[in-house]
Amino acid sequence: MIPISHFLTLGAILFGLSIAGIFLNRKNIIIILMSLELMLLAVNMNFIAFSYFLGDTAGQVFVFFILTVAAAEAAIGLAILVVLFRNRGSINVDDLDQLQG
Amino acid sequence: MDLKLLVFWVFSLVLIGAAVGVITTRNPVQAALFLVLAFFNSAIIWMLMEAEFLAITLVLVYVGAVMVLFLFVVMMLDINLLPMREGYSKHLPWGAAIVVAVVVQIVLLIRVKWAGSGLEQPAPKPAEYSNTEELGLAIYTDYLFQFEVAAVILLVAIIAAITLTMRRRPDTKYQRPHEQVQVQKADRLRVVSMNSEDNQDLTGKVAKAPVDAGGDAGVAGNAGGTTNQGAQS
Repeated sequence: MIPISHFLTLGAILFGLSIAGIFLNRKNIIIILMSLELMLLAVNMNFIAFSYFLGDTAGQVFVFFILTVAAAEAAIGLAILVVLFRNRGSINVDDLDQLQG
Repeated sequence: MDLKLLVFWVFSLVLIGAAVGVITTRNPVQAALFLVLAFFNSAIIWMLMEAEFLAITLVLVYVGAVMVLFLFVVMMLDINLLPMREGYSKHLPWGAAIVVAVVVQIVLLIRVKWAGSGLEQPAPKPAEYSNTEELGLAIYTDYLFQFEVAAVILLVAIIAAITLTMRRRPDTKYQRPHEQVQVQKADRLRVVSMNSEDNQDLTGKVAKAPVDAGGDAGVAGNAGGTTNQGAQS
């Protein structure tokens, strides 16, 4: 018998760890992308927990779409990364100031 | 202790450890491998919540495709690791403080709202229940439009990724099919009008051939003539 709060707490801890990953590795785009994947995983964990405990399939359908969008995001993000590295020779976030933002 | 609870504790602790590994390791390849471990463990936890199709999808799509893509990119790029780590210890206190605050707030909210909510874990589904079938019914009826939009998103992602990374090098030779199919006969074939050559020599050989054959039957003379024609053309 696992209460729902266990799953939700696990999702919250994963979410917090991925926020920490973005904070700590802010020079490294690859680790930031991986932290984003971890963050989406935490969100999916919550969706599935509620879908299971409330007996509604809609949560799982939503997770399905989140997985789709996350895969597309990872593909495009890595493509941008490759182009960036080809043009600049570096993926350091501090070097990406061409737009003067 | 309940077996399911034991499984939950073991795999969630490994999952949290893997997540800590992702954000603290120095090497991006190791981070990707830790992320693979995290995906495997969360697939097990999703299995505990009877979301079998999504658990298998997580392993197949994430571990099998997305993480392999990550590993490809990480290994393809020649990254200097040293500047990536600067500022790590500088941001550590602030990052840890903010993260602890966020997690404590969320967990408090969960405690208040959901711990005593009386939401019981549902009884296990019967053996002939198919999670995939139920998910498919929901996707292809109620969420059909969203499903098609997801397909279009994937198509756009494919096209965007290819067009972003495709590069044309000036020194590479390409076929140009649109020019190939439009070619005319006049572009390739040149008909030259010229005077006939002086084939005095040729006729001499033809005349001589039967003589060389030694005055045999007409068949031999004919054969000599064809040979000469072949040599001349």
